Amino acid sequence: MSRESVINWIVLAGLVAVPLWAHLSDEPFTITLATRAVILALAAVGLNIALGIGGLVSLGHAAFFGIGGYTMGILAHHAQTYTPVMEWPLLIEGTKSMPVIWGLSILFSALAAFLIGLLSLRTSGVYFIMITLAFGQMFYYFAISWAEYGGEDGLSIYVRNGFPGVNTLVPIQFYGLCLVALLIVLGFNAALARAPFGLALGAARQVPARVRAVGLDPYRLQLLAFTLSGAITGLAGALFADLNRFVSPTMFSWQLSGELIVFIIIGGVARLFGPVIGAVLFVVLEHWLGGLSDYWHIYLGLMLLGIVLFGRGGVIGMVAGRERSHD
Amino acid sequence: MDLILLAEQILNGLQFGIMLFLMAAGLTLIFGVMGLINLAHGSLYMIGAFCAAAVAGWTGSFTLGLIAALAGAAAAGALIELVVIRRLYDKDHLDQVLATFALILIASEGTRWVFGSFPLFLDIPEALSGPVMLPGGIQYPLYRLALIGAGLGVAAGLFLLIARTRIGIQIRAGENDREMIAALGVDIDRLYTFVFALGAALAGLAGALVGAIQSVQVGMGEPVLILAFVVIVIGGIGSIKGALVGALLVGLTDTLGKIALPGLFGLFLDPAQATQVGSALASMAIYVLMAMVLIWRPTGLYGVRA
Amino acid sequence: MTEPVLQTKGLCKAFGALRATDNVSIDLRPGEIHAIIGPNGAGKTTLIAQITGMLAPDSGQVFLDGEDVTRTPPPTRARMGLGRTFQISQLAMGDTVLQNACLGAIGATQRQWRLVRPALRDPELRDRAMAALERVGLSDQARSVTAELSHGQRRQLEVAVALTLAPRAFVMDEPMAGLGTEGSARLTAFLDGLRREAPILLVEHDMDAVFALADRISVLVYGQVIATGTVAEIRADDMVREAYLGEEA
Repeated sequence: MSRESVINWIVLAGLVAVPLWAHLSDEPFTITLATRAVILALAAVGLNIALGIGGLVSLGHAAFFGIGGYTMGILAHHAQTYTPVMEWPLLIEGTKSMPVIWGLSILFSALAAFLIGLLSLRTSGVYFIMITLAFGQMFYYFAISWAEYGGEDGLSIYVRNGFPGVNTLVPIQFYGLCLVALLIVLGFNAALARAPFGLALGAARQVPARVRAVGLDPYRLQLLAFTLSGAITGLAGALFADLNRFVSPTMFSWQLSGELIVFIIIGGVARLFGPVIGAVLFVVLEHWLGGLSDYWHIYLGLMLLGIVLFGRGGVIGMVAGRERSHD
Repeated sequence: MDLILLAEQILNGLQFGIMLFLMAAGLTLIFGVMGLINLAHGSLYMIGAFCAAAVAGWTGSFTLGLIAALAGAAAAGALIELVVIRRLYDKDHLDQVLATFALILIASEGTRWVFGSFPLFLDIPEALSGPVMLPGGIQYPLYRLALIGAGLGVAAGLFLLIARTRIGIQIRAGENDREMIAALGVDIDRLYTFVFALGAALAGLAGALVGAIQSVQVGMGEPVLILAFVVIVIGGIGSIKGALVGALLVGLTDTLGKIALPGLFGLFLDPAQATQVGSALASMAIYVLMAMVLIWRPTGLYGVRA
Repeated sequence: MTEPVLQTKGLCKAFGALRATDNVSIDLRPGEIHAIIGPNGAGKTTLIAQITGMLAPDSGQVFLDGEDVTRTPPPTRARMGLGRTFQISQLAMGDTVLQNACLGAIGATQRQWRLVRPALRDPELRDRAMAALERVGLSDQARSVTAELSHGQRRQLEVAVALTLAPRAFVMDEPMAGLGTEGSARLTAFLDGLRREAPILLVEHDMDAVFALADRISVLVYGQVIATGTVAEIRADDMVREAYLGEEA
């Protein structure tokens, strides 16, 4: 077994064992932290399809996270106030059912990612970074000015949504749901990376001219990658909203987009579990350093600078443009 | 629509746009010459505002505050360039994004550590306070008018600097061909530090000037930074002219959208709903503008086609 | 006379005052190797770029199997049967040799939208890729990471990727570049047989290879075709000798 798969199994064992231990020793806060880590990991795993395989540095993935969150918030809000989401042209009721909410979150965030991708993938490099950042901010301002759903204050959901056969009010059971979602997506990612699509997408990052020369269109490959990526991050947003029973415009904040990239970099771009390791480390650091100092972001910033400047390029070496196409 | 209100809003849009230009000009110069995407440009804006507020609060002089903003932001810019940024020129965009994101975290938390979480206030100088009567019976705050003037002055200075001076020639050469500036016998390291500090000073100046009409607080820079990105996408990377045109377009679209769209929806929705829908859509107007430019010209209005 | 597979009519492309391609009309007939030679800066790269669709001509047309493809983007031209190799190897260095060949197979079968099953477990993709590697003598290296290949092996892989497409016509941009004597000889022998599958438009500096392989040669100087003919005709052409071959002799 390679060293990387050993690490993966250790991480996986930890993701199962630590919350179980916390459950048995009655420490619900630890389970909440673990749930937070797993959901953020899911969001970053989604981003990693675009960033890791496709080399697309999206600084706007909070948009999809927020859309997933607001899909949950709006549906649950209408369900708890017994008002329809809309009456015309057809009647749509709110819902508290997780499967329905998840499906719609994936659908809407995929749609948004498709539209944003359609425009921003016409460009590349810094333009792409700036444009995705700008579109993310657009949703942020839109959410703030959307008074019907709480504007700046956001929406509170009083009771966590339900999933058939699971008592989602029990922390460990909700955690289990989130973990299963993460594992399914990780499995999908592992397959995707080796499938014809993943191979072509990776080649489109490294040698776009070659990809075109064999009859493939990098733009379309990247558009599907961006859409899938946004859909998964949207699902994470719906789960995140359910964890907090609260949605607000901060789910759309550009800091979150930046943090998702940070998770991937801390953990290692090339690795399947990279975003998972990064998210877990981030949540642990946030909890631990945040307890030590109010200004823990300074340490995070210094650490990040260290990784970028002196990280020997190893962690990040996989991403676009690193490899030279000739000797 | 009320013509006086419209004129006022156009002036507001110009004022907003010209401040965005000060941000975008530095960003686009830095990208054009050094090929660097600098997320921490918003932090320099914030640093300028805090320097101005602190010094003006301490000495009671707005002028000294402005000087402090320029000097403080330029010094911070030069320091950042020497310590961190120059290690990033050879790295890819992802590394640049991460490192400058890290700089934002450090700058923001550092500022919070020094000044606390409460906003500071920078008073408008006595001589520029109060409204002024413009032709056509338009009453407009003198300070905002002064901002437009100051911004246009800086823009003119910048164009002259680049068109007429020795350093401007080096900057233009650097945008076209890095090897050429080396061949011209220019000290590239010094040129880069200068360009970065110049961009920082412009950002700091914008922060200080705007700081007097808004509150000075941690996190004030990033929303402006992102708008400056929109400006650059519209204007085209590396083009100062594009930055000016883009900034004015964004400034005007934003301010006029905020009054026009609720009015437009008022034609077929009830007033409360029209205000809500209109203002929600108005918040998206500049991004729609950006999207349209992207469809029309992916490299921006004045961008070089790759 | 048989219809040409590939044809250009009056291609022109200028960069400022420089006429990189000046009214170039050439064709590629079934079963032949048509070599394009010319000094550096003669416009060979610009011509290839227009034929493969990377660059749009200012005027003139490109035909593939009689169809006007002047405005057709490169991926579509590839799907229509244009297989090319690059002067500077365009290979995914982080991927294995087999994966690089497989990319061509994915393009040829248009299976890029398959998201789950591993590409290398798809028998058709795998067989196509392996067959191409075998033909260029790289099957032993299939599992190696491409970055570890020697320069010569990379050149072979370039050709293999084009083979996976089973194209109607090959366009090869200096396939011999950087190969040693032995490597050139082997590739020359290989291309000699390949012309029976599909004709080859060959841009090449290696004159031994060109004279050994070409059915026809076109000489490009300052963006213009100054002569087209058989090896013997070109060797005998005074203008060509003066403009080009004279320097090498």
